[in-house]
Amino acid sequence: MQRIGVFVCHCGSNIAATVDVKRVVECARLEPGVVFAEDYQYMCSEAGQMKIADAIKREGLTGVVVCSCSPRMHEATFRKCAEGAGLNPYMLEIANIREQCSWIHKDMETATEKAVVLMRAAVAKVNLNVPLKSGESRVTKRALVIGGGIAGIQTALDIAEAGYEVDIVEKTPSIGGRMAQLDKTFPTLDCSACILTPKMVEAAAHEKIRIFTYSEVEKVTGFVGDFTVDIRKKARSVDIDKCTGCGVCQEKCPSKTAKSEFNRGLSKRSAIYTPFAQAVPNVPVIDREHCIKFKTGKCGVCSKVCPAGAIDYEMRDEIITEKYGAIVAATGFDMISLDKYDEYAYKKSPDVITSLELERIMNAAGPTGGHLERLSDGKPPKNIVFIQCVGSRCADKRGKSYCSKICCMYTAKHAMLIRDKYPDTNVTVFYIDVRTPGKNFDEFYRRAVEEYHVNYIKGQVGKVLPQPDGTLLVQGADIIDGRQVLINADMVVLAAAIEPDPTARKLATMLTASIDTNGFLTEAHPKLRPVESPTAGIFLSGVCQGPKDIPETVSQAGAAAVKVIGLLSKDKLLTNPCTAKADELMCNGCSACANVCPYGAISYEDREVRGIGVREVRRVAVVNGALCQGCGACTVACPSGAMDLFGFSNRQITAEVDAICR
Amino acid sequence: MQELKKRLCELLSDGTVARVLGWRRGETSFDPEPAFFGSAEELSDFVYDGFCGANLSKMMIEAARLEGKTAVCLKPCDTYSYNQLIKEHRVDREKTYIIGVGCRGKLDIDKIRALGIKGILSISGTECDGDGDTLLIKTVYGDKSCKYADAMLSRCHVCRGKEHKIYDEIIGESRDTTDGDRFSEVEKLEAMAPRERFEFFRRELSRCIRCNACRNVCPACSCRKCVFDSNNFDSAQKANVDPFEEKMFHIIRAFHVAGRCTDCGECSRVCPENIPLHLFNRKFIKDINTFYGEYTAGEDAEAKCPLTDFDFGDAEPGDVTSGR
Amino acid sequence: MQIEKTAHAAENKEWKPMIVAFCCNWCSYAGADLAGSSRLSYPADVKIIRVPCSCRVNPMFILRAFERGADGVIICGCHPGDCHYTTGNYYTRRRMALLFSMLDFIGVENGRTRVEWVSAAEGAKFSATMNEFTAKIRSLGENVRLGDLRCRN
Repeated sequence: MQRIGVFVCHCGSNIAATVDVKRVVECARLEPGVVFAEDYQYMCSEAGQMKIADAIKREGLTGVVVCSCSPRMHEATFRKCAEGAGLNPYMLEIANIREQCSWIHKDMETATEKAVVLMRAAVAKVNLNVPLKSGESRVTKRALVIGGGIAGIQTALDIAEAGYEVDIVEKTPSIGGRMAQLDKTFPTLDCSACILTPKMVEAAAHEKIRIFTYSEVEKVTGFVGDFTVDIRKKARSVDIDKCTGCGVCQEKCPSKTAKSEFNRGLSKRSAIYTPFAQAVPNVPVIDREHCIKFKTGKCGVCSKVCPAGAIDYEMRDEIITEKYGAIVAATGFDMISLDKYDEYAYKKSPDVITSLELERIMNAAGPTGGHLERLSDGKPPKNIVFIQCVGSRCADKRGKSYCSKICCMYTAKHAMLIRDKYPDTNVTVFYIDVRTPGKNFDEFYRRAVEEYHVNYIKGQVGKVLPQPDGTLLVQGADIIDGRQVLINADMVVLAAAIEPDPTARKLATMLTASIDTNGFLTEAHPKLRPVESPTAGIFLSGVCQGPKDIPETVSQAGAAAVKVIGLLSKDKLLTNPCTAKADELMCNGCSACANVCPYGAISYEDREVRGIGVREVRRVAVVNGALCQGCGACTVACPSGAMDLFGFSNRQITAEVDAICR
Repeated sequence: MQELKKRLCELLSDGTVARVLGWRRGETSFDPEPAFFGSAEELSDFVYDGFCGANLSKMMIEAARLEGKTAVCLKPCDTYSYNQLIKEHRVDREKTYIIGVGCRGKLDIDKIRALGIKGILSISGTECDGDGDTLLIKTVYGDKSCKYADAMLSRCHVCRGKEHKIYDEIIGESRDTTDGDRFSEVEKLEAMAPRERFEFFRRELSRCIRCNACRNVCPACSCRKCVFDSNNFDSAQKANVDPFEEKMFHIIRAFHVAGRCTDCGECSRVCPENIPLHLFNRKFIKDINTFYGEYTAGEDAEAKCPLTDFDFGDAEPGDVTSGR
Repeated sequence: MQIEKTAHAAENKEWKPMIVAFCCNWCSYAGADLAGSSRLSYPADVKIIRVPCSCRVNPMFILRAFERGADGVIICGCHPGDCHYTTGNYYTRRRMALLFSMLDFIGVENGRTRVEWVSAAEGAKFSATMNEFTAKIRSLGENVRLGDLRCRN
């Protein structure tokens, strides 16, 4: 039996004016387990806390009920006070007789009766409380960043600058990501490579950063502070330590039929290649699907010409296992496939391109050497039509329901750049809305309209029809003028929606991080915890969490880094003791609990179970206290009631129900 | 049955399996009981006919703990239960040899008695491999007969189909015996006024003697220790002070098997008080199908159980009860 | 308990409904606090039990409350999509939809059970919900049917 003390607070007149506190004290004395009860003006004051502490020591209390304001206000205060007096803090419960009682009732009799009931429920609960202790877990002081785009690079740099080791895992042969493919950036129109490549070099040169390119995360186990990750380093066929990046191999490679991923398939590349000139590391990989040596066994030109002897055809995938305290997902995005958008003739005409393809065309290192020309005949286009929201803000299943956020701005950028460089080109933009929230964004858009006279038409395009003369007939609607618009264009640029990189889904499963209906990784709280995933120790950086532009991505990358640094700066983590636990003897091992756990905190082990008349090996649920956040979803999914939650146990809640319905 | 018996003998003697789980002849010809057979000799008692209605899949939980492989005879509908048990990691597929046995509907002796046939001595025409649609019944009052279909268990009138969902081999032919609508009983009740429904369930449930037969036979209700026997909710007393617990028991039992119940109908079959317990389960199945899309527990061993799954656009509890 | 009740009846006191409200710690309990600090009154018949998440509410607790004489049970949680534990209330929604439908099926008035999503900012909604729910329970009267289930024959 517990020895419970009940302390009733007047809260000045806040409680005492409507609740007969003396009667609550008297009633408390009659409750089972209660050995002491008193009231005081302000329990939360120092004098009030002294009263609690003294009573704990003097009366040898094993449990405490404070009838006062909301536990959200002072539960922590009183628990700390109890702990100071030598009582386990989790042996204290609050009966909320202010917010839930005195403040909302006027009649003294009614309020007092209710206060007594609330007190009884708290006493009934405390009778079943057990001392709880926070666990401790260690923190591996190293972070993993998955994805080597601007988000991943920025996060890694910020973490490394704080003095912690960071590994970047990038699936392509070079870091840089989507930003490396861009020509100019809005709203400043500075060259993307000029601001990105220094960061890439900085990351590569940083003594705290290791970069694994052409690598993928294979498996993740463990929990916050102590993750174990298997990384597959795909066979590069080039020794990264020996290669000097001279580029002779790429020049001499006889196989030049592969499509350049970097140029969105608009140009060809050799089988041994670096994606682009400023690649980091500047070490090529052999694309074994296109390499003649790998296909036929004959060739070996690259090996012969390599002055460093870096080519290694025997190289195999290697799996390395590393430990991390925190993991940042920065997997970025890709454009959606336009297969389902036949009306825009993307597949039929080479002159219908996506915005990202236009980026490459405009870029000096791109397939056309930076000259704006039609891919069909190489002629400069005179009439260009941009179509917005292709697959974004889409009501039907073909596209995405969300706004891709960056298209309005990059289209204004493209339009402006074209009008600037080729003033005799007509540029028309079909839009649903122009969205320009961001510093200097609207000014930028206005310049496109006012200074560069880009023709913006509010309305959608119904069809793009390739004409026999090689032009493209664009049929659109101008919904402001309420008329149909027909334009003979030479080039059509589609602002295709962006979507999370396809690897994000698989990764989310590995990380037990949740993803939303659109495949974006979910943040722990949409407003207050935007860079943390609901799974402790997993953080989000960049577009993997939702569409963003570069400035936003960089800020989020920094924010994620700060969260990682905050975590890594701790030597040990205290775990929430109000976690779930399965009773081994009752557990069926059915997996119902693991299926509803949002944190992947439940695993199954074959354990020898011992009980009365039982001694056998059974599959039982084991809760990882470091991962469990104590929601209790598992306790209800469990049909046998084997799963219970400390601090809110089945018996405790049942006792509260019974006390209220007495 | 001879072919089945022969094959079981073979499996036992060539060491493929250590035991067979099937049915043994009972005291009369119409009450066979589930039994384990450890040798070819023991199999002389083996029987498989129209009265072998019992779903043996639950007993495979016990068999998973035994040394060696167990051959089990499963009817098409039983395989759903077995699949569900695989999903819940309660049985060991590796240690099971599933013989999908043919089924043309199982018989209910009470149905025959209800036809006014009393003093039954023996019944012929019950073989599973036969195709006669008449039962010949010898009684102390002379020979009687009835239609096979008229003597079938209620559940066979809403048969789950003739397909075995999991098996190692199939012996015998199966037939889909559906001639009724699975949810018609539930719909009939739903159409009644709340007061009438209440009276109906009060009448039915007040007969419950808490013998736990439903719980013991149910393949989904397979907890090592039932929450009604545990101290965790202070609900562990078999002789209740408060008979509300009987109702609570059946509601909670149905809730715990919701999304996992394969509608095998064993609960109603074994209830000594003939309480139509399957109505609870069917109501849940119907609701799940309506609210969250068609779902058949045990159809495969992978699909997520509706209660451990969700959709962002699920119906609100308020809409569900008021907006029907 | 039985004696107490009879005595109660004999005194012919006004019947007061007994209502149990399960509130999740992060949204609805905070919403109730806000109702309190905004002095938005609701009947004293409502007694709140704090749970970490609405998904902690076991149907056993609800039936237990009815068994012990509660006249109504309401569960409050974060709005779908806002759950502190990301997905808890989605499970609550399914569980309670099925449970309430079952209670309705056996003829128990469905007005006695309710799920409401109340955020930490919705003090007014909390108060309004409780007023409404209590009024509903008052109109339904004493929980005779669930009480009836208690008498065996």
